[in-house]
Parts: sequence; structure tokens; C-alpha cells
Amino acid sequence: MNRHVKINSARTLTQSHFRTLRLGTPFQPRIDALALKQDWYNWAGYRAPHSLWDEELEYFAIRSQAALFDISPMTKYRIEGADAEAYLDRVTLRDVTRLKPGRVHYTAWCDDEGFVLDDGTLFRLSPTRFRLCSQERHLPWLLDSAIGYDVSVEEETEAVAGLALQGPTSFAILRDAGFAGVERLKVLDLAEFTHDGATVTISRTGFTGDLGYELFVPADKALSLWDRLMAAGELRGIRAIGYTALNRARLEAGLIVANADFTTSEHAIRTDRLRMPDEIGLGFMIDPDKGHFNGRRAILEARARKKLRHVLVGLEIEGNIPAEHAIVYYRKSQEVGLVSAAMWSPMAKRNIALASLRRPYGETIVDDLWVEVYAMRELQYHKLMKKAKVVPRPFIKLDRRTANPPADF
Amino acid sequence: MKAWDAIVIGGGHNGLVNACYLQRAGLDVLVVEKNEWVGGAATSRELTPGFLYSNCSYVCSLFRPEIMRDLELPRFGLQVISYEGGAVFTRDGDYLANYRDHDAHRREFARFSKRDAEAYDRYSRDVTRQCRFIQPLLMRTAPDPTSFRPRDLGELLYLGKKFAGLSAEEMALTLRFWTMSISDFLDEYFETDVIKANFALSGIIGTALGPMSPGTAYVLLHHYMGEVDGSVGAWGYARGGMGAVTKALAASFNASGGTIRTGAEVDHVLISNGRAKGVVLAGGEEIYGKLVISNADVKRTFLKLVEEKELPDIFLGRVRNFKIRGSSGKVNIALDSLPEFPALPKDSPVYRADMHFTDSIERMERAYDDWKAGRWSADPFLDMMIPTTLDPTMAPPGRHFMSCFVQYAPPKIDGRDWTDADRDGFAESVISQIAQYSPGFRDRIVHMEVRTPREIEAEVGLTEGNIFQGELTFDQLLFNRPVPGYAQYRSPVGGLYMCGSSTHPGGGVMGAPGRNAAAEILRDLARPTLHMSPAHDVI
Repeated sequence: MNRHVKINSARTLTQSHFRTLRLGTPFQPRIDALALKQDWYNWAGYRAPHSLWDEELEYFAIRSQAALFDISPMTKYRIEGADAEAYLDRVTLRDVTRLKPGRVHYTAWCDDEGFVLDDGTLFRLSPTRFRLCSQERHLPWLLDSAIGYDVSVEEETEAVAGLALQGPTSFAILRDAGFAGVERLKVLDLAEFTHDGATVTISRTGFTGDLGYELFVPADKALSLWDRLMAAGELRGIRAIGYTALNRARLEAGLIVANADFTTSEHAIRTDRLRMPDEIGLGFMIDPDKGHFNGRRAILEARARKKLRHVLVGLEIEGNIPAEHAIVYYRKSQEVGLVSAAMWSPMAKRNIALASLRRPYGETIVDDLWVEVYAMRELQYHKLMKKAKVVPRPFIKLDRRTANPPADF
Repeated sequence: MKAWDAIVIGGGHNGLVNACYLQRAGLDVLVVEKNEWVGGAATSRELTPGFLYSNCSYVCSLFRPEIMRDLELPRFGLQVISYEGGAVFTRDGDYLANYRDHDAHRREFARFSKRDAEAYDRYSRDVTRQCRFIQPLLMRTAPDPTSFRPRDLGELLYLGKKFAGLSAEEMALTLRFWTMSISDFLDEYFETDVIKANFALSGIIGTALGPMSPGTAYVLLHHYMGEVDGSVGAWGYARGGMGAVTKALAASFNASGGTIRTGAEVDHVLISNGRAKGVVLAGGEEIYGKLVISNADVKRTFLKLVEEKELPDIFLGRVRNFKIRGSSGKVNIALDSLPEFPALPKDSPVYRADMHFTDSIERMERAYDDWKAGRWSADPFLDMMIPTTLDPTMAPPGRHFMSCFVQYAPPKIDGRDWTDADRDGFAESVISQIAQYSPGFRDRIVHMEVRTPREIEAEVGLTEGNIFQGELTFDQLLFNRPVPGYAQYRSPVGGLYMCGSSTHPGGGVMGAPGRNAAAEILRDLARPTLHMSPAHDVI
């Protein structure tokens, strides 16, 4: 057999990816042009910016203007078929039969032992077509779960480009860009619009707790969409931003990030790191009356037998020194948990944090909690023991997020 | 006449590790080695001018970093260079590569199957969980479950606690992992032939089992437990070939005052009143020692170097039944230029890594069928690499050393001994496979060393040429390695110890058996082991 002849199959044509360890997204030419700091990180194999020019100002673009954030690296699955609703109802925690076409909900899904595989957003694009967006990748899980259902599951991360447009002027920008009817979108609504001869799906969703939208478009229409938004937003302060700014906004909104605030079950090497939905603040998603779903038995048993070991809480910490990754103590001495994210919130004017605590701390015992902050200043630690108070999330509530119609800033 | 404190039979890596630790504990130690060089199966030899071959073992990962540190091996010249990934060539003119970068790895798998690409994380999680369970056991003497000594009970309790610490699901997985075939294990994660073949390789290397034989999943684990300088699971080339490992060990041993005698083949162990008193060399010379430690495998030690009458029947029977089956060979090749693989882009990192041509488990199993029939595999699987792409010391500039590990090669051909013609036929099966993927390959060959089980046994002394001194199946691990009741490096003969890969935790250039044996010997002598670092924490 002669194997010297190189075959130009579709598969061999994709060999060259090894030369580019971090891919660019469909928006990369525009982002590269704005990345004055060249401050990149690896988001699921893509070159994504921590910050483009100034993380403080990028954050304030979210809160007082409009911020454009590239969400293309997010994992996207297209789920379609006559049984798509029943299938997703079985796979995910929330009741998908109550998710109407043109609506989005935030959900999560678990393995058979009730441990969270990931959280994400589920877009119902039509009665039989959905898009599931998540941090991690789940194709084997989704395909194996599809056995017996008339449904197809396809990974479409590269084919679909995504943008988040967030901030008070985001509505006005979309309207000025000519997306007629966008004013009718209420929070968690989605609708399809035309763009450059293709369809762009716009949803009133986001990860900032602010007025904002997410736009999904075929990859080859990404740049023209970017340009359309930038042109329309020029007088309304539109700015491209990096992840550091977004991460601050999401913390103020009290939202959690997979593999930052909890460890997803397919990545947890140490089995005591696994978490049930009730242990990371996602218990509200569980609908015991909706019928069977993955993890249901284990979750209900853990609830009944009080086997839930952890709880995720919002903390307000005295002072203004961020308590990132600080240990949480009861009575200043007994270790009861860990802070996973923390910051001084410019909107709440408070020192806020998300923490995982070992029950009953954070559940029934919420007083006398402390965090130990090691603040490094000029090569010396200042060890601070600061009082922490369990507070409800979100840490900020902005009326403009939910106002209808959205305000014209 | 001089009596050494300890005589180590065999200057392989475990013998030298053992000797180093004993010498550093203040003993006066002699290593006797039958060859004119030390190293056992970890050697670098210049068989044609300008080229160094890693004759037997050819890559480094399992060698315990605690030992490298204790014995100051970097100071004595040991440097291990990580290499990147690897590849399996496919019969349709493509290849499947492994890249170190997690996302590149996923994208590469996605070229063949998006599903399998995304299955890798769960696979990797499960294998890592199993590794973390086994790894802390490597540097501990296995408990003797039949003994009621407090120490054995303590170690058993440790094992039991570790096991009890597993969740029900993990416990089930662990038991399955230790007993199932690598093929069945991979079927639970992947669907693509070439992707399964890519992982299955680690399950059968050095083992006289096929990928569909029960027990091969554990062998895979054994190959995942290594690291290069903290990079877990990484493999590397020892700069200067695998002989650099034993060269550094020998230098460390000499620097601490130890003595090595090469060209000194041991004929038998001198035993009187059930106690080892020294060794008798092939020429008749007697060397006396208070302790004798054998680096040779358990069969060679107790069936050749010790007289039968000195050993209990049950022990002897078990040694005879210990599985050390020849299953592999080695072809070392000097090349006048870097071979070309048209399937592979010229700038691919795979040139610097391991390359394989067996793109399905089915083909591996067929290769094993040949072994069962007493033939070398007509379509063998190769673990092939060109260390000179990262290590310029092994060949003249522009020229290359290629190492091919070959499986399967039976200990006997149709029940008779290997002949030179057999050896040549075996080599041809290897060369013709490579040539199918690399035009002009034959013309680049300057020199070749072909090692069938016959050559490996004759030169290195490994029974049947088995690279692990006994297969790594679960019936031959932990307190069953090599023989129940004798898994703690001691033997039925007083003062005679074992320190080779036949003992816990087994083969590969790991050094742990040599170190653990030294710990037991020093315990018997009531000597401190302060110079011996405890195993690194697994957190």
C-alpha cells in the first residue's frame, strides 16, 4: 500500500490548527485594533482580552455608557427536533415546557448523582429549536442523553459569533442601529432581526445586572455587525471591553462563574469538590413537580436527608479591602469556607464577595462570620480580620435593567 | 578477607539507586555488574561511531523526583527534556496528534470526532483520580496482609482508609480499572478507532497481553503516573540517552564512596546456614558481603543465582509461575538525515515526539494474535521516536538516532529459540512499516541494532526480555509482587534482598523499588533513613 500520497480530505485540511494555539474569534480584527494593552487570556482556546486599554474605564462603560464584549468563545449547542423540549426538560433542571419560544432562561444541568455539570443559558428559538450556551463542553453528555429522543445536538461554537452589548445606552444604540422592534424585548425575550442579509438573534440578556442585550450572528457577518453597532453607538459612549470589567459587573449582579465559584463535575478530580445545585445557590431552578430530570433522585434525597454540605452566599465585608480567596471563619477561629470572588463595588459602595461555606454556617448560623484578608503591600502582608455579613444577591438592583420600554439614555 | 556491608547484584537503575541509598547511609557497598558497563536496561551505547543509542528504555517520566533530589542526580549530569505530544498515523494519509496544549489537543481530536474531543476531559479526570489513588503507594512498602505486625496493620489500614475514602462510584471504577481491558475502558469514553488506539498503546506496552485482555487498563495507569519536573503525566528524553540516568546514579554512588565492578557476572549467591554470605563470580572468585541485594528479576535471582535447596517449595513454585513473558523488542537506528513523513507538516512538533502507525485497537489485537501463535507480529505496533530532534548529543549534526520499541515479539518462535534469520525478519517487519509512511526511509539507514527478547535477555539479563521484570497485572501488584508473603523486598534467605522491578511498585525507569528496598534494609539494620526524602505529597 502506498501511503506517501498526501490526501486532501476535509480532515487533513484542518491539520494546521497546531500553528495557532489561541484562535481569534470572528471579531478579532476589530478587537486587535483596540487592544492597546495586548493583555490576553485563554478563553476555551481563544485569545480573549483581559483588558483593552483601562479596566476601570471599561467597567464604567458598562455602568454609564454601553460596553461591547465578545462572547464568541462561549460553547454553543444547537438542539433541534420534535422532542427537543422533552429532551431538554429531562437534561436540565428547570421546567422547559414553561419556556416559550422567543424566551431565554438561565439554567443548569447535573450528572446522575445530582452534581452540577455546568450552568448556562437556554434560548428557545422556535417550538423545536434551542440554543444552549455554557462555559464548559458537554457534547458526549448531551448526545448520550439524547438516546431515545427525536432530537439532534450539534456543537456550533465556531459557526456562531456572539456579542454582549451591555449598559444604559445599549437599547438606544440598537434602536439607532436600525433594529426596529427591539424596544418590545422585555428581560429574557429574544427575537430575530435581519442584518447584512442574514439573521441576527437579539435577546435582552446579559451577565452584568444592567440593561443589556446579547446578539448572535453567523460568523461571516460578525465584522459588519460590530461596525454597525460601533457606528450607531459613537455618540452614546460605546466601548469594547475585556473580561476584567465584565467580571466586576457580574459580581455586583451576584452571578456565579463555573470553575471559578464552583468546580464542574466533569472537572473535579477531588470528589469533595462536587456541588449540588442547592450548594451553589441554584436550588431555585429545581422543580420537583416537573417530572424526571437528570440528578433528580439524588438531589431530592440529599434535600430530604439533609445531606447538603455547602452553601454559596453573598457576603458584605467591612472596610474596602477586597477579600479575594480569603478563608471565612466563625468566631475568628473556626474555618468554615472560602471566598471565591470579591471586590469593592463602585455601584453598591460596599465591599462584596461570593463565598462557599460549610453548612450550617451561612445557612442557619450567619452571625459572627469573619474573613481573614492577606493584603500584600510593598512585599509585606497586612493580615486583616474583617467582619462579614451574609446578604442577599444581587448586590445591586438597577431599575433600568427591567424597565419597559427601556429608557432612552 | 574483606566482607562488604552489602553487595548489589546488577548495576541497573534500581540496583544503583539501592546502592546509593545504602552507601549514603554509611554502608560499604559493592555493585557487581556482568557487563563492561552499568545501566541494565537504562543505557546509552555507541555501537556505530558518533551515534548514541538508548538501547532498551528510551524515555523518562516515571523516575521519582524524590530520588533525583536525594541522590543529587542533576549535579551528576542528569537532565530530562520534556517532549511534546505524539501522533498516530492513519492509513488514509492523515494522522491524529496529541498536543500538550489542552485546546489544541481538543481541536485535533475534533478533526476526527467532535464528540470524542469533548469526552477527553471526563476521561482525563477519571484517569487522574485513579493515578492519585495509586501514586502515594509507589514509595511505600506494600503491607503484608498475612502478617499481624503493627506496621503491616498500619499500612493495611492506610490502604483501607484510602479505599474507604473513595465514593461508591469511584470504588467501583477503581476495581473495574484494575481488572478490565484497556479496550473496554476506552469504549466507555470514545467512539473513534484511531483515538482509542492512541490511548490503548499505554495499556499494552511491555505487556504480553492484548488491548482486549483484562488487566490492561491498569498498565495504562502505570504509564500516567510519571512527571517531568512537576509536569504530571509528561514524558521526556534524558539528555544523552537513558544511559544518562544510570551514569548519573553511578557517579553519585562513586562520589559517596561506593565501588562498582563491571565485567563481574555473578554465578550464584553464597549461602550458608540459610543466610547469604556473598556472591561467587562466573570465574569462581568469591566476594563476601553481610547482605546481598539482587537487582535481577525474581526468576533469574531465585531460579539461577540461588540453589533450589535453599528455598521453600511453595516460594519456588510461585517464582516459577510469576509471569515474566517476553512480548517486545527494540530496533535502534542510526539515520543520515531526518526522515520525512509526508502525512506530517514539516513544522509539526510531532517530529520531536512519539510516533505510531497502529490506528485501531483491532490491529493491535491482531498483532497480539501473532504473539500467541509464537510469531513476531506481521503488522507490529511501534513506539517510535527521534530523540535527536531535542537532544543534539546523540548523533552528529544533521544525523539522527531513531528508537523503535516494537510489539509483539514472543520469547520463542514456534516453540524454538530465535535465530539470526528470525531477528532479521523481525527487523524487516519494522522497517517496512516505517517505510510505508516515510519514502526513502531505507536509504537513510546508516546502522541498526535489532534486539529481540533473545538479545535483551542475553545482554541485560531480563528474563524473556520482559521490560517490567514481570507483568503489571493486578495479580502481580502490591503485596502480591513478586510473591505473596515476600513483597517487602526480603526473601526466604536471610540477608538476601530484592530491589528490581519484579518488586513493588514494578517496572519502568522509576527507581522506587531500589529506594523502597533500601528503606527496608536500613530498617533491618536499625539505621536511620534521614537521607531519604519522604514521597512528595499528593494534594
